[in-house]
Amino acid sequence: MNRADRPASGLIGFRIVTVTEISVIAVLEDPVRRRLYDYVAAQGSGVSRTEAAAATGIGRTLAAFHLDRLAEAGLVEVTFARPAGRSGPGAGRPAKLYRRTTAEHQVSVPPRDYRAAAELLAEVVDVTGAEPELQRAARSRGAAAGRAARQQSPALPDDALVAGALAAQGYEPYRDGGDVRLRNCPFHLLADSHPPLICGMNLALLEGLLSGAAVTSLSARLDPQPEECCVVLEDSKNNAD
Amino acid sequence: MTGYHLAELNIGTARAATDSPEMAGFMAGIAGVNALADTAPGFVWRLQDGDGPGATALRPCGPDVMVNMSVWEDLGSLRDFVYRNGPHLDFMRRRRSWFHPMAVPYLVLWWVPAGHIPGLDEALSRLDLVRRDGPGPRAFTFRDPCPPPVPAAQAAR
Repeated sequence: MNRADRPASGLIGFRIVTVTEISVIAVLEDPVRRRLYDYVAAQGSGVSRTEAAAATGIGRTLAAFHLDRLAEAGLVEVTFARPAGRSGPGAGRPAKLYRRTTAEHQVSVPPRDYRAAAELLAEVVDVTGAEPELQRAARSRGAAAGRAARQQSPALPDDALVAGALAAQGYEPYRDGGDVRLRNCPFHLLADSHPPLICGMNLALLEGLLSGAAVTSLSARLDPQPEECCVVLEDSKNNAD
Repeated sequence: MTGYHLAELNIGTARAATDSPEMAGFMAGIAGVNALADTAPGFVWRLQDGDGPGATALRPCGPDVMVNMSVWEDLGSLRDFVYRNGPHLDFMRRRRSWFHPMAVPYLVLWWVPAGHIPGLDEALSRLDLVRRDGPGPRAFTFRDPCPPPVPAAQAAR
């Protein structure tokens, strides 16, 4: 390993780490690769080269090349699995499947450390018991985002409006029957260190977003799923049963 | 598997008496949350006073301080129940409307030999320990967990 590649401690190290992060993000600069990444990240389970190629309208060989570049950068991870329904001898080689990683990459130039500040603030909210105030602030922030989305596209159906507003806030919504689930937790590391605090904040934010956008067909509820957001937006009709 | 189970104690200073309107949501929900714990994977035991719901009638730390204590097979099963069970997480989200915040640790975890049911005095001494010395192998928190003791250390207990 080259000396300059090795993350060191102290100020110099910080700059090197940031440069490493930039090179990871730079892998996404290629538009084809970016389309492939977006497709893989949006799927719940691993996808094969053939599926990814078909979904992005490129050849399988080209898809394989770019998927492997994404895997080398650590943006997606590789698993091996046999196609469903085939097992035992003669089932063929297991297929290479690609899926999103839980690792996160953040780039700021010049370097900033908002994560440390967020952790300190979360600590203080915990100790002082200011959770109700945090939830109020989150609800009104969500409501502002919801209102803005509604004003921007007053005629958009609820479904599309909510999906767009959620994506703009860093969530990755997907349909699960009548419900909307969220593949990404925008506050993942903080939610890990302060679960009730951050999940409660998240719920309030999403409740606010729905009410600000005047969407009554969905209601937010805590329902944590492995590797996903702790909130589900439930079909209000189902809920009323 | 390790020969050890994980014991947990948490305490909270109630904002009002258990029969007050302020505490009505807590008192109404606690039985349901306890029932969820009883059927959660890895659950072993929880403290009950045989009087109110759960252990809500016990007051070993003062008239307003409620205690909750349980034993689980491992850290993962307790963590999954506390933070990844929807109704329990929702209950925790609302805790500040029922309990005062505390600037010192109000939760302690420690390993017990499988089959041992800790008493309240044992639990409270572990809470004292984590408050006095910070997290360590004999008393720790979710934030700074410690692995179960290696079997050789069992004789030293």
